[in-house]
Amino acid sequence: MKILIKNGHVVDPKNNLDAAMDVLIENKRISKVAKSIADKADQEVDAAGKVVCPGLIDAHVHLRQPGFEYKETVETGLRAALKGGFTGVCPMPNTSPVSDSRSDMEFLLGEARRLSLIRVWPVGAVTLGQEGKELTEFGELKKGGAVALSDDGRPISNSNILRRALEYAKKFDLVIMVHCQDEELFCGGCMNEGVVSTRLGLPGIPVEAESAEVARDIQLADLTGGRLHFCHISSGKSIDLIRQAKSQGSRVTAETCPHYFHLTEEAVLHYRTAAKMNPPLRTAEDVAAVKRALRDGTLDILSTDHAPHSENEKDAEFDKAPFGITGLETSLGLSLALVKEGVISLKELIDKMSAKPAGILKIDRGHLSPGAPADVTVFDPELEWTVDKKEFESKSSNTPFLGKKLKGRATDVFCDGRWVMKNGKIA
Amino acid sequence: MKPVLDAPSIERAVARIAHEILEKNKGAQELALIGIQRRGVVLARRLQQAMAALAQARIPLGILDINLYRDDLTKVAEQPIIHKTEINFELDGKIVVLVDDVLYTGRTIRSALDALVDFGRPKRIELAVLVDRGHRELPIRADFVGKNIPTNENEIVHVRFLETDGREEVIVEERVA
Amino acid sequence: MIRPGKRENKDPDGARWMRKDLLSLEELSREEIELVLDTAESFKEVSSRDIKKVPALRGKTIANLFFESSTRTRTSFELAAKRLSADIVNFSSTGSSTSKGESLRDTARNIEAMHIDTIVMRHSSSGSAEYLARSIRAGVINAGDGIHEHPTQGLLDIFTIREKKKKIEGLRVCLVGDILHSRVARSNIWGLKKLGAKVTVCGPPTLIPRGIETLGVEVCYDLDRAVQDQDVLNILRIQLERQRGVFFPSIREYAAEYGISKERMKQAKSDVIIMHPGPVNRGVELAGEVADGPQSVILDQVTNGVAVRMAVLFLTTLVER
Repeated sequence: MKILIKNGHVVDPKNNLDAAMDVLIENKRISKVAKSIADKADQEVDAAGKVVCPGLIDAHVHLRQPGFEYKETVETGLRAALKGGFTGVCPMPNTSPVSDSRSDMEFLLGEARRLSLIRVWPVGAVTLGQEGKELTEFGELKKGGAVALSDDGRPISNSNILRRALEYAKKFDLVIMVHCQDEELFCGGCMNEGVVSTRLGLPGIPVEAESAEVARDIQLADLTGGRLHFCHISSGKSIDLIRQAKSQGSRVTAETCPHYFHLTEEAVLHYRTAAKMNPPLRTAEDVAAVKRALRDGTLDILSTDHAPHSENEKDAEFDKAPFGITGLETSLGLSLALVKEGVISLKELIDKMSAKPAGILKIDRGHLSPGAPADVTVFDPELEWTVDKKEFESKSSNTPFLGKKLKGRATDVFCDGRWVMKNGKIA
Repeated sequence: MKPVLDAPSIERAVARIAHEILEKNKGAQELALIGIQRRGVVLARRLQQAMAALAQARIPLGILDINLYRDDLTKVAEQPIIHKTEINFELDGKIVVLVDDVLYTGRTIRSALDALVDFGRPKRIELAVLVDRGHRELPIRADFVGKNIPTNENEIVHVRFLETDGREEVIVEERVA
Repeated sequence: MIRPGKRENKDPDGARWMRKDLLSLEELSREEIELVLDTAESFKEVSSRDIKKVPALRGKTIANLFFESSTRTRTSFELAAKRLSADIVNFSSTGSSTSKGESLRDTARNIEAMHIDTIVMRHSSSGSAEYLARSIRAGVINAGDGIHEHPTQGLLDIFTIREKKKKIEGLRVCLVGDILHSRVARSNIWGLKKLGAKVTVCGPPTLIPRGIETLGVEVCYDLDRAVQDQDVLNILRIQLERQRGVFFPSIREYAAEYGISKERMKQAKSDVIIMHPGPVNRGVELAGEVADGPQSVILDQVTNGVAVRMAVLFLTTLVER
């Protein structure tokens, strides 16, 4: 079985490709990337005007299964990811029960296999039940398929536990993804602390609830030599700390999400629960800092923190509504704005959405080298569309971007050589 | 547009009404004036002055806003501005002369009568208006009228006083749809 | 010359009321605030009559929906509604289905299904009033939403100041106490600033919210200095249980640093007026002698509260849905 993707603009940061080329897929693998491939293929894709890149990877999503199937399931979550142009996602373990055992990892992989859509690279919990007290069996988790560990959704407040986790994870070369939040400073807040929270009378979360814990975690990464990854960085203060740490050789990486460079705390005005997330939306200065950090590489990757919630849960008083927004289906369109704005190049964007996440997770993806598994995303960077909840594959539609006009959308996705999305339609 | 009443004729009308009130009630004893907000209040003040000169007596004057008693409050597109009601004297046993600028359907006066009953039990209530334009919808008539002006239903009568409008005139014009 | 649908409604005074809801003073214009105050003046007279009732809202139904207990505010609204001849029903959260896990929207929709024109709501979540107003057709009067706003309290405070000082423009007003958790403070700040007063907030630094200066107020931590040139001192109630321990160490120290004592009053202007939204913690934020003293207008606030709420119910309930 041969598939030939013709006339596309191939962007493969790892192989330093950024030109009009053809891509030949053969027996589930990339067989050739070159100008004007003449091979006879079983199927051909005309990718003229489109970008052809290594499959996009989202290192931070919530698929909600098991336990919260009314919000999302592995199936709806993977369909949403596929629609968004991703060939693989990393579901966080804050399910019910918490995904903290080998069988939980195997469940996710089994579901993904059964669905045969895109890949799942599970993230196991760092501590049992994400309670921050006892370490999980890292070795077993890894054997079950875990590519990273995280207590995401909750911080690891006990510094000693995080220290030991970072140390122990070295044996398995697993990255620990931390959700930085000083619980005491967080103190029941529900939006960024500042002018808007004062006006709205909503309990505020100071920036320092994030940055103070970022500072601590840098110390622990240095102390242990473990691999530490900062989830969803939202503030300039945290970024400054990470930039400094990296310049001094700390082994840390960091991500941000599209909402942190598109929106400010003002999106919360009128108590819009669709803009309620944790960490919260910050100020215009923070948005500018996030963009600078994306450009200079302080922020390594883009994830979505896709956090689906049902309409019932979000249709409530602001303080009672849950944190989180969906992101899988809007991520590419929102992120391409960075290229349009000149913040980063298209190649850098693909790097942050594909090659770099693969690097952090140590998975052999994110490039189109001959022989590599054929995970390929094809998107039309000029395609204009409006975010419409009726079109969502996700079970939920809790996003502040409803109604927004975006430019750029995935049209074709190949996972393991299977043509799983054809011209915008899931196969 | 030519006014149907100009400043001098308004003045004459006020003087005549003042005379008639005193004559009908045989003096100023027991009299009280209640002006309906807003131009009825202006007219009532003028009547008070005129009668003070004629009868050497200061007749108590109250101000009534009838909007809270209107029968169409819940039907109007925009609710009215509520002005002050100020009746600083007992109504019991008084002969109350209600004063308004224009008598039309009679509904304002109906509201005013309802309101007055909440303030006390006058011996008698009389009605003085500057203009009676007809088209009554309730069995109400004025005891004292400055001028009867026959009108069509599609006309509006504008009473303008110096105190409220900066000029003195009564004009009739076609309603603009 | 009233004829339904034919009447001219242009009033030379300007402002018109077009809101079915009263959610905050932040959203009102200066003209709208003045319209409520002027209307309230007319209604104050009604309460002084022998027959304290006008038929203005005859046939209208108003629901008091209080998720936090507040006899004072609830009663004030109840009297206001009754004096306008509206029917008013009380729902309290305890014993109703809300304590059985019903959502706010469902509760409100159920009430609305009984054809209620206006809902007066007190709720512990900031923004709950705006949320409710978005969710239902009936009008919503915010009787206190979390720590956000308490617009009728703000209006009655401003009404009382205007009544006593004959103006608002240029007055110096100081709000004293827990600004962070005070919906009364936020409503006062918005309303007073719009009408041209100079507003200072004074309290322990722990209870002054970040960025409050951007609302155009001065911040002062020293009450002795703050009281000196004020025309009005509006003393906020300290929530004894909620704040002690983290925000200030003890009631004793709070009273010493931020209580309005007889002693402290000597440094204030002789014609300063003392306000308090009640109920007063005597001897904590306000000394008993001062609360009962000649400069106190606390009971006038209560009286005026009914007139202001009559004005608000009257204006909002008659707006077409």
